[in-house]
Amino acid sequence: MEIPYVSKNRPDTGLYNAKLGIWLFLASEVMLFGALFSAYILLRVGADSGTWPHGLLSVPLGTINTLVLIGSSVTVVLSWAALKMNQFGRYKFYQAITILCALIFMGIKTVEYRSKFTHYTVQLQDGTKMDGHIDGSPMFLNLSKLQAKNVEEIKFHPDAPKGEKNAAHPEPQVIKTADIKSLQSWGPWHSTYLAIYFTLTGLHALHVLGGAFVIFMIWGPLSGMWKTDPTRYTNRVEVSGLFWHFVDLVWIFLFPVLYLL
Amino acid sequence: MQPKTHDTKHHPAHEAHHEPGFWSKYVFSTDHKVIGVQYGVTALFFLLFGYGLMALMRWQIAYPNQPIPVFGGLLQGVLGDAASGGVMSADLYNAFGAMHGTIMVFLAIVPLAFGAFGNLIVPLQIGAPDMTFPRINMVSYQCYVVGGVIMLVSFIVPGGAAQAGWTSYSPLATIIPTNGQTYWLVGMIFLITSSLLGAVNFLATIIQLRAPGMNWMRLPFFVWAQFVTGFLLLLAFPPLEAAGVMQLMDKVLGTSFFLPTGLAVSGEFANISGGGSPLLWQHLFWFLGHPEVYVLILPAMGIVCEVIANNTRKPIWGYKSLVYSSLLIGFLSFIVWAHHMYLTGMGTKISTFFQTTTMIISIPSVIILTCFFISLWGGSIRFNTPMLFALAFRPMFGIGGLTGLPLGFNASDILLHDTYYVIAHFHYVVAPGTIFALFAGIYYWYPKVTGRMMNEALGKIHFWFSLIFMNLVFAPMFVQGMAGMLRRMSDGGAQYSSAVIGADAIGGLSDAIMKMNINVSAAAWLLGLAQIPFIINFFWSIKGGKKVTSDNPWDATTLEWQTPTPPPHGNFTKEPEVHRGPYEYSVPGHEKDFTPQTEK
Repeated sequence: MEIPYVSKNRPDTGLYNAKLGIWLFLASEVMLFGALFSAYILLRVGADSGTWPHGLLSVPLGTINTLVLIGSSVTVVLSWAALKMNQFGRYKFYQAITILCALIFMGIKTVEYRSKFTHYTVQLQDGTKMDGHIDGSPMFLNLSKLQAKNVEEIKFHPDAPKGEKNAAHPEPQVIKTADIKSLQSWGPWHSTYLAIYFTLTGLHALHVLGGAFVIFMIWGPLSGMWKTDPTRYTNRVEVSGLFWHFVDLVWIFLFPVLYLL
Repeated sequence: MQPKTHDTKHHPAHEAHHEPGFWSKYVFSTDHKVIGVQYGVTALFFLLFGYGLMALMRWQIAYPNQPIPVFGGLLQGVLGDAASGGVMSADLYNAFGAMHGTIMVFLAIVPLAFGAFGNLIVPLQIGAPDMTFPRINMVSYQCYVVGGVIMLVSFIVPGGAAQAGWTSYSPLATIIPTNGQTYWLVGMIFLITSSLLGAVNFLATIIQLRAPGMNWMRLPFFVWAQFVTGFLLLLAFPPLEAAGVMQLMDKVLGTSFFLPTGLAVSGEFANISGGGSPLLWQHLFWFLGHPEVYVLILPAMGIVCEVIANNTRKPIWGYKSLVYSSLLIGFLSFIVWAHHMYLTGMGTKISTFFQTTTMIISIPSVIILTCFFISLWGGSIRFNTPMLFALAFRPMFGIGGLTGLPLGFNASDILLHDTYYVIAHFHYVVAPGTIFALFAGIYYWYPKVTGRMMNEALGKIHFWFSLIFMNLVFAPMFVQGMAGMLRRMSDGGAQYSSAVIGADAIGGLSDAIMKMNINVSAAAWLLGLAQIPFIINFFWSIKGGKKVTSDNPWDATTLEWQTPTPPPHGNFTKEPEVHRGPYEYSVPGHEKDFTPQTEK
């Protein structure tokens, strides 16, 4: 006996196996991200009043990324519809845009991440605390690394004061390593907000990469199946598309929660 | 008329495949039966390993700080200073305790009940050629093995294995200076992935691959139990995966998800950003943890149901009640988790809610158990080894379940929380409960897999001694717990005994209570010896067991007995058609006392 309903629908459920499989998998994914969102809510509700940061992320970049992902969801549907209408060329075209969108999304995300990893909070021995950048934009620097490299001083560009539009940047200042009490980049260790930000968006980015990889594999190396078994090939595109919509949907929740609220 | 044993070599479908090599046949197989056996053998190994950890811990409890005989030197050789002089250090005791729980739950019982029995039996019982996604099935097993190996390796990393209990409560789990916890978390992520892949596969298989005529109310109860279990794993495990990732970040990247502001370690403020919530970990952990209890018990109930129906030679009583009860259990198990957290100070209103749901969930459990008891009424019972284990399951699970009620009420839980009473309660559910059911399943389905029966005499020796020693191990713990003996103490409570703190001191553990430690330990070791007949039986019967003369040696009705023995690749020689319910035994007017589901 062979496994039935690999590409044809089972009459009483109206589904082929992989489609049911991906829906079940997505149910578990909902629980995964649901748990992280719950964690976000609990951490935020539990934070001391006034300590939850606002406006750390770039809303324009987030908006662009939202549009890019929504656009890719549209092209995923169009490409599947094209296959249903037997237009392989159009499918190839639309899905290429999907993959391109995924790359743009990841590119923008990289820029955003980098801007955090090169952003520092420095605390001096006399108690002053400053946020800003270090000359040369190094990533993940901290006090012990400075000491290990025998760096005697750093040039620090403090941020413009918060809340004032068009405020001039304060003059850069030279800080001696010996005067530094602690130096910390804005990675997940910096605050609970950044911790949940990096966890949520990092996990989401992994899903984007995974989804894009699968879509690419079906689009490129595995596209020979279109000739041998077009129904199953179209199903694969549909199933990978369902996953892609989910990834898109997660971002639609992530964007307001992390960027706007 | 009984179907004769088919000779698998002469199936035309089978000849079309060329004979696969050793690696693809036994190691990288996608056949659900091979994967089931792989799961089974690996899980039995971990069951023995988990027992071994406990057997060593029982020495430390009974005879604190005395060198362990025989194994002490070995322990020192492998683990070094943690067991210097053959004495188990407190840290090592903690590590063994944490790993005993982890290994038994995630590497032994669940893989055995769900991975092994589910894989082997579910496709056969619904008349399917294999699981829906055979390759994902293989990956699921491989993830399980990788997770298991990581857990084993964690014993020998500097600092030793995880020491914060199988629940890994933060911040304790994060601040204990060992990499073992990191290994534990990474191992768990693999095990969770394995379960998720398995769950998707099982659910899709049961929904999509039922044979013609196998409608929902004709499914054997075992399949229903696995179906509900699949949903529990699918939906309850991801939150733990999220929590695991967060604790891993706390441990490796220095975040503070579960570390509160102002956390002090060894008298100094920890160098962390703070702002995290220790309660968050407990919520996420128990959101899995409680459904997990039903993951442990539902497949066991499924096995017991099959064995009872077969050996009472009459239909199971209340099939529909069983099905609806298991669905209700599945649903309710998601809203009872915080009854593990009454002592955290989460508030009386929340406690009241969870106390109520906890009481409600006992109702379907009692319905299931009652159905099993009433099923015996008027049966002509065959007391073979699987049936003995299935019979013993009922009172054992009953004791475990009923003693859970005082823990579900938050007033009485305050006294009993974290005592040996809790250990006795959940071990009655899982050890003489679930494990007995799993033994019943092994004895029952062994001939289907190997074509030979297991030895009855050895099986009965195994059963009776297991039953006696299980009770001698766990029953005294109720008493110890109610006397106030706390769990997780590396000296078995000696430092709180009346002998040490003085006979007048309030709350001291009396000599009688302390002496039970020695009795319990002795029973625990004898329980290990009682498994030797089983181990011999299990391996010897592969070659030396009595050969089955038909494909249906127990005269059973369900589909797995309507295939050749052992079933070939693709399981059925022709697609089975189902015409009746799963337990049509002793139907009036029929010449045999069983009517297979395929019979018109």
